[in-house]
Amino acid sequence: MNSSPIDYLPIVIMFIVAAGFVAFTMFLTHAIGPKRKTKIKLNTFECGIESKENAWMPFSIKYFLVAILFVLFDIEVIFMYPWAVNFKELGWLGIVEMFSFVALLLIGFYYMIAKKALVWED
Amino acid sequence: MLTFVIYKSILCVVVFGVSLGVAAYSTWWERKFAAFLQDRKGPSRAGPFGILQPLADGGKMFFKEEIIPNVSNKFLFVLGPSLFLLTALMTGVVIPWGKDLIIGGKAYPLQVTDINIGIIYVLGVTSVGVYGIMIGGWASNNKYSLLGAIRASSQMISYEIAMGLSIIALVITAGGTLSFREILEKQDAGISNVMYQPLGFLIFLICAFAETNRAPFDLSECETELIGGYNTEYSAFKLGAFMFAEYINMFISSAIMAGLYFGGYNFPFAHELYSAMGLQEGSVAISLIGFLVYFFKICLFISVFMWIRWTLPRFRYDQLMNLGWKVLIPLSLFNLVLTVVVEFFRGTIVF
Repeated sequence: MNSSPIDYLPIVIMFIVAAGFVAFTMFLTHAIGPKRKTKIKLNTFECGIESKENAWMPFSIKYFLVAILFVLFDIEVIFMYPWAVNFKELGWLGIVEMFSFVALLLIGFYYMIAKKALVWED
Repeated sequence: MLTFVIYKSILCVVVFGVSLGVAAYSTWWERKFAAFLQDRKGPSRAGPFGILQPLADGGKMFFKEEIIPNVSNKFLFVLGPSLFLLTALMTGVVIPWGKDLIIGGKAYPLQVTDINIGIIYVLGVTSVGVYGIMIGGWASNNKYSLLGAIRASSQMISYEIAMGLSIIALVITAGGTLSFREILEKQDAGISNVMYQPLGFLIFLICAFAETNRAPFDLSECETELIGGYNTEYSAFKLGAFMFAEYINMFISSAIMAGLYFGGYNFPFAHELYSAMGLQEGSVAISLIGFLVYFFKICLFISVFMWIRWTLPRFRYDQLMNLGWKVLIPLSLFNLVLTVVVEFFRGTIVF
């Protein structure tokens, strides 16, 4: 099946509808809600005590590591989509190639676990 | 051309309205369902059976005071929930809600658009939703929001890999197409993909829970540790946007599961039923029955989401990550190998 550029036009229409709704409601809630602002109310919440320091500070490196691993693995998953679509045409050659690709992926996966990238308790 | 644009615009508005309506009534159903499981009554004041409760809640969202903390990044603070709601609303376009309506020899498809990369479109748009949470949580300049946002985004990206792999196995079973319409058409007469992909369906179901931040994976908003998670600082409709988007995501992922794995508008003995009822193939009644069947399946899946939320306790964070990376990813790779073996025995590929 082939899609022509015209098939993507409804997505643009949907974007306009959705973005219009979001912009309108964001404006509306800003316009019609009561405004009784005080200094304490505009402070960030921190269990009822006075909030200390900025929250824009360094956080655990583990989360960053997860993000990097996601980039690596998800791109490899994306590589599999063309193979899955042409599964029948590529036949055995495709299967052998893809399985060797998965084997390489598993080596990387094993390395990731051996390096304790996913151990959360120090 | 003009009629095409007008028809598609009407369809867009309908899909948009239905998404919002289903999301609103999911909140009502969730409270009723929780009440049933806990032997309570649930909402019962606004209208019969509390049926007007979502309207009251929605109205309240607009008439509450909007607070933007003065230490926050104001532009990103507004952008976060807007982006999250926008991406949630955008996913419904590729889902075929029923067979084409044929009125007077002209076909009116009940699908906004049938693109040949439908599945990748959904995966891509939902991935952008992660930015909404991350931006919103970070811009609040609140420690709890930041922690909730980081948790939510790392959880969502972790489960996306297993989800992608289980969909690849499904694409192979469905005969190499990424178009929703074609995958649904191939499951005609009740031979749904879940029969070939039981393990893949299970992985997809678990990942759908994690992607929508629903219990038992709702660590990003666990009130016992993080107050409200990434939406702690939000009020008025901005909080509503996060909530609406969550319920719309739930609706869309239910639609995807019911469509890809359970045949969508197809059901067992459909053709026998139609000939017994004396309906012609391709008539309007068949399209409408198909639509209602699909909608019923979606409602069942939404109920499963709620049933699990009120049954299982929340995971611990390391358990969640271990499940995602060390269990689901190897399992989905195994499922992929299994699919290839099954395809060999089905005779799709030969030496």
